[in-house]
Amino acid sequence: MLKKIAAMFLSSFLLTAALCSCSNVQEQENDADDTEEVEYQTLSVEDEDYYTRFKNNGISINVYNWGEYIADGSEEGTLDVNAEFTKLTGIKVNYTTYATNEELYAKLKGGGASYDIIIPSDYMISRMIKENMLTKLDFNNIPNFKYIKQTFVNPLYDPQNEYSVPYTWGTVGIIYDKTLIDERDIDWDILWNEDYADRILMFDNPRDAFAIAEILLGYSINTENSDELKKAAEKLKEQKKVVQAYVMDEIFDKMGAGEALIAPYYAGDAITLMDEYEDLGFVIPKSGTNLFIDAMCIPAGSKQKEAAEMYINFMCEPDIAYATTSYIGYSTPNTAAYDMLDDEIKNDGISYLDDEYLSKNTTVFYNLSDEANIEMQNLWTEMKSAQDETKNKWIVPAFMIICVAVSIGILIRRYIKNKKDIF
Amino acid sequence: MKKFSKIYLALVLMFLYMPIFVLIVFSFNTTKSRSVMSGFTLDWYVKLFRNELIMTSLRNTVIIAIIASISATILGTAAAIGISKMRKFPKAVVMNITNIPIINPEIVTGVSLMLLFVFFAARMNLEFGFTTLLIAHITFNVPYVILNVMPKLKQMNPFLYEAAQDLGCGPVQAFFKVVLPEITPGVLSGFLMSFTFSLDDFVVSYFTSGSTSQTLPITIYSMTRRKVSPEINALSTLIFIIVVIILVIKNIIEHRNDKPVTKAKEEI
Amino acid sequence: MKIKLISAPYIIWMLIFILVPLIMVAYFAFTDGNGHFTLKYVSDVAQYTPIFIRSIWLAAIATIICLVIAYPVAFTLTRMTKKVQSTMLMVVMLPMWMNFLLRTYAWMTLLGNNGLVNKIFGLIGLGPFKMLNTEGAVVLGMVYNYLPFMILPLYSVMVKIEKNILEAASDLGCSSRLTLFKVVLPLSLPGVTSGITMVFVPAISTFIISRMLGGGGNLLIGDLIEMQFLGNSYNPNLGAGISLVLMVIILLIMTIMNQFNDDDDRVLI
Repeated sequence: MLKKIAAMFLSSFLLTAALCSCSNVQEQENDADDTEEVEYQTLSVEDEDYYTRFKNNGISINVYNWGEYIADGSEEGTLDVNAEFTKLTGIKVNYTTYATNEELYAKLKGGGASYDIIIPSDYMISRMIKENMLTKLDFNNIPNFKYIKQTFVNPLYDPQNEYSVPYTWGTVGIIYDKTLIDERDIDWDILWNEDYADRILMFDNPRDAFAIAEILLGYSINTENSDELKKAAEKLKEQKKVVQAYVMDEIFDKMGAGEALIAPYYAGDAITLMDEYEDLGFVIPKSGTNLFIDAMCIPAGSKQKEAAEMYINFMCEPDIAYATTSYIGYSTPNTAAYDMLDDEIKNDGISYLDDEYLSKNTTVFYNLSDEANIEMQNLWTEMKSAQDETKNKWIVPAFMIICVAVSIGILIRRYIKNKKDIF
Repeated sequence: MKKFSKIYLALVLMFLYMPIFVLIVFSFNTTKSRSVMSGFTLDWYVKLFRNELIMTSLRNTVIIAIIASISATILGTAAAIGISKMRKFPKAVVMNITNIPIINPEIVTGVSLMLLFVFFAARMNLEFGFTTLLIAHITFNVPYVILNVMPKLKQMNPFLYEAAQDLGCGPVQAFFKVVLPEITPGVLSGFLMSFTFSLDDFVVSYFTSGSTSQTLPITIYSMTRRKVSPEINALSTLIFIIVVIILVIKNIIEHRNDKPVTKAKEEI
Repeated sequence: MKIKLISAPYIIWMLIFILVPLIMVAYFAFTDGNGHFTLKYVSDVAQYTPIFIRSIWLAAIATIICLVIAYPVAFTLTRMTKKVQSTMLMVVMLPMWMNFLLRTYAWMTLLGNNGLVNKIFGLIGLGPFKMLNTEGAVVLGMVYNYLPFMILPLYSVMVKIEKNILEAASDLGCSSRLTLFKVVLPLSLPGVTSGITMVFVPAISTFIISRMLGGGGNLLIGDLIEMQFLGNSYNPNLGAGISLVLMVIILLIMTIMNQFNDDDDRVLI
């Protein structure tokens, strides 16, 4: 018998392996065949003494960042930023990730976990400042702030620039399969196009999703008007039937494997995807889009403020900022790192558009009022749980009737049994 | 009829094992594709061992599982002994409360513990981390230990304990020499159950862990939400191999004890 | 008297870590952010009734499918010889020991438009079917993950049915089919009810399966709760309210299930 089982296992195993070998899907650049030169990056910092102050003190900091948002050395020749930091300063980094600003907010608000560095987006920073969730930074400990481009200093979300240091910035656009879709057809409404039903991905966070609907309907992406929000939610509900899935970083996998053909996402990730898969392209719709800035902050209640400020300073080192931007693809606000970039990247038409274009066609999020936030949250939850099939209307009564009938049946059975047992 | 049922069984087994086999096969793939096999390589296994996050989570998971299951076993065994001596009403109340973590959906257990910790975090300066995780694991493990030990206590002859004392043992000695050997199977299976549940727990850990004490399931979860790397497949393969080895060993041990009995039966 | 004290540490633990957290859930459900009593959050739960209905519906379907698949498996296992039985049981239970997330993730790769299952269909010429990100995928995930939990109780009850009873039934003239219905089925009922409980409760409250296989557009109760605490709609009071309602629903179902059991097997109430 055992032999039979073993034979069955082995055969099904081999069958699976055989089936997997049939190939006809998307071609992917095989990294092993790359004949590109592998440059090994090295790190040199200006002020070594500053960094080695805490060595051997056994300090560790908790860094909470977006997924796929740091150079982690998994590609040949790139730096592992966290490892380099530890090597230089002796401070250990506990690195965990979140998928959306709202998740970050929930984790912080819940009060349990303590983090030393977080990297929220613009509107979330202004919300956190309003709710006293951040500590003011001591810029004497962050001399490398001098490298940040002037246009990013004293931003709208942090007017006196007391709480944040910019990390990356970028725009939102649409990633698409070049072989099947023509670039000229693309504007935000293509995400509702039934021709591509079930091949469309969508943002899994309320602000980004609502923004797209709002642009399509001609509203401001920072609208607080209840009617406009409701109409945007309606538009998103309409979209549900063509959406394959609501995702954030899962998009890397799905676009890469050819599961989906169109998805809105951030420019930096689009660049990473396009590097890996030749068939993908990226376009910023003409009707306007969102410009975002992600910045490093220290939450209130952090116990390692100085070490955290050291980390922020480290991220602003020209070499590190350069490693970050080349690895994750997002645009850097660091002038020294920008100077180190190839012209090819500076002129790629996506990452570093001129300021005039940006101010005309892009809008930055700002934090909405509490009522608007709550309403958006409710509408979002409602939209995600909506179903357009009306079959469920009769399920509840049917269910109740079955329960009641079964209970009565049992009670009757028991009664009869008890009567019989008297003898 | 018999042949039909064997075929049916085979089909069900194939259904159960196919996804696992697919995971294993693709852990050897040279590219990241999950539907096209392009070549054989052990690279992902190497990368897996170099991945510090996974190794740390693995260590955390095993440490928590061991400490939690040992604590739960001691706490639960003591509890079972005390509960078995209670009168009917207190016993029923305690048993009902004990059953709550078993019956409750895991998400409610996780959420309720999280709320508890959050409420006291402000007052006692408690941080989410190793401690909260350990407390949570012990909490959902103890009921299983009690559930495993109680039947053994019931089966035991209640007068053995008194008899031992009559013969001169002190209460503690009597416990270790008489009671413990009788309930050992229950204690062991309770321990194993706790260990298994702790190792594999995701939902409760998700709500009660902090930034410094991630367990392996939590790490796997965050891996599936990002760029997927076949390191996950390599991890699955290794887990599968370990599980197979453990179960085979367990089976062999169980069967070594069976042989004399069946032989005797055959002789009759 | 002294012996009872030995369980004191556990009693204290139990009170602090099982009872108090539940009280906290009730507390959060019935108060607002400032600690004032309010019924708002619990009544807000009513607007999510469609999600509750969907979760119960999908969990019920998954449970029934599990029962139908598991019953013959358990029965076949009991018919085997002792030695083979324990080996086969191990083989059937093995997937359960693999990590839950990894198994669900495996289905994600299998069911995609370019996944293995669609490839097999392609070989026969059938077009790629949309399988992932549907309610069907969620049910499949539930069945796959919880099937062993149905097989085990069924098997452990069936194995206790003495062969003599079955022999006696056939001696008295029952065909094997009739034996199944009139003898085995009623005797295995306790296993059926405990299996149903062990599958239905996790199925109704899962959030991983619906997130990974449902595509985010098929929210279940578990997703809803998770969103309120650690997800995109931070609102712990509402989350506590939903959890409370969920607990009440499960309590109701357990009570109904318990009616099937004899008095001494009663688990709760």
